[in-house]
Amino acid sequence: MGMTMTQKILAAHAGLEKVEAGQLIMANLDLVLGNDVTSPVAINEFNKAGFDSVFDKKKVTMVMDHFTPNKDIKAATQCKQCRDFCGHYDIENYFDVGDMGVEHALLPEKGLVVTGDLVIGADSHTCTYGALGAFSTGVGSTDMCAGMATGKAWFKVPSALKFNLTGKLNKYVSSKDVILHIIGMIGVDGALYKSMEFSGDGLKNLTVEDRLCMANMAIEAGGKNGIFAVDEKTIEFIEARSNKPYTIYEADEDAEYDEVYNIDLSKIKPTVAFPHLPENAKTFDEFGEIKIDQVVIGSCTNGRIEDLRAASEIFKDKKVANGVRCIVIPATQKIWTQAMDEGLFKIFMNAGCAVSTPTCGPCLGGHMGILAKGERAVATTNRNFVGRMGHPESEVYLASPVVAAASAITGKISQPSEVM
Amino acid sequence: MKALGKVHKYGDNVDTDVIIPARYLNTTDHKELAAHCMEDIDLDFINKVKDGDIMVAEANFGCGSSREHAPIALKESGISCVIAKTFARIFYRNSINIGLPIIECAEASEKIESGDEVEIDFDTGLITNKTKNETYQGQPFPEFLINIINQNGLLNSLK
Repeated sequence: MGMTMTQKILAAHAGLEKVEAGQLIMANLDLVLGNDVTSPVAINEFNKAGFDSVFDKKKVTMVMDHFTPNKDIKAATQCKQCRDFCGHYDIENYFDVGDMGVEHALLPEKGLVVTGDLVIGADSHTCTYGALGAFSTGVGSTDMCAGMATGKAWFKVPSALKFNLTGKLNKYVSSKDVILHIIGMIGVDGALYKSMEFSGDGLKNLTVEDRLCMANMAIEAGGKNGIFAVDEKTIEFIEARSNKPYTIYEADEDAEYDEVYNIDLSKIKPTVAFPHLPENAKTFDEFGEIKIDQVVIGSCTNGRIEDLRAASEIFKDKKVANGVRCIVIPATQKIWTQAMDEGLFKIFMNAGCAVSTPTCGPCLGGHMGILAKGERAVATTNRNFVGRMGHPESEVYLASPVVAAASAITGKISQPSEVM
Repeated sequence: MKALGKVHKYGDNVDTDVIIPARYLNTTDHKELAAHCMEDIDLDFINKVKDGDIMVAEANFGCGSSREHAPIALKESGISCVIAKTFARIFYRNSINIGLPIIECAEASEKIESGDEVEIDFDTGLITNKTKNETYQGQPFPEFLINIINQNGLLNSLK
């Protein structure tokens, strides 16, 4: 029996010729990531355990993105702890206000992850880099600490679900709708402990950015990782951003999958995930009028330049509805500059949106757009749990950038066809 | 190793955002985190939980964010073990890594109710409901993970 793409990457990094689902292995890491919330716990453990060096200062990275620019004194203290640690251990890939971005938008942009890498990050959305044909997965702070010290992590080799993509997305339908559809179909634990492997003829119709959005949300189906077959688009993306050597792994033809799902991209409709789970996916024919108070366009899921371009097309010569706040958050400094140079900010500002510096901010109810009791938001983010964006009695509806923009204009959850 | 305590029962998909809301993640202090444990779905939890108590939930416990603050807050609040039908994978490894015992058992998750007194034997995976006088067979950990738990977490096991 052959191996899946994920199993091949894990085997290669564990120095084994073959691995099978359920096997426990120790694997070598190509990159260890942390942010301003998870790194302080890892640093405390690192110091407590008495480690005095990191395994490779080029393979550790910290991104200050969750509560930055520092929202309060405690958050500032946590960032200072990370800054001091990275300074002490000479960690060059430390990103702070002025050169940071939302971590999972930033690392691919900086060329820090390439095809075939094995990456752990103390952030659940680390699964994003599977879009580049890497194995990457979220872990906790203790794993981050052990990874920084030893360059290794333990894994249980996962079995896999295969998603065979065909066809092409229709206008105003995005990869966000595809992943919300998939999570709605298999549930928030539909891929528990498993890999989600995406391949098929339809892949050629998805940009690398489209794939980053989908791999990002593998965790919302409980997946260990989401990974895309590598093609010319992947290699073009990698080579434009990184000099690191890369390795292409392909699933064996006789690889075993727990399930194979066929997804025709041309059949996907604009999709919204209702509170309080990402699996509560509904299409517009399944619900009526839902008034909203806030819209957030940004995050590691949908804060890339393509997302901002798509939203700006909807906002052009239109206004945000009275009583609705719309916050646009470009995910990195580079995306921010691109959006400015392309004139997108002018469109957003004329529409009555606020444009923020890069931050995770409201996505996790940190700052920069917290909801009051009873308020509702449409967000291009990835989670809509109880209290995720603020008060435990507020609500988050997950959607694509064009649905978010259309909703901001009408003041109710709307699809682009209602305003274009 | 065994745990014995009174049960606090919850449902499916208890996510780490409700175990410890992100608005409290500007600290790593275990006591401060524990003070807000579960408050978005059960404001009273922190008042009623006693040292050694057991949490029982249904499917996909600990889903969502990778924040280790979640198992830390549960452990610091006094919880000695979490039993669930299934655990989200990051929460599963975080719990093992910090030495918070957890055990998967669908039958226990179904039959145990809030307030029951329950004992768990981690070596055999046997769960005894002393209130209802029932036993349920949970999935014991593989030896590799038992070693980590017995040494009170991953970092101690590396030494």
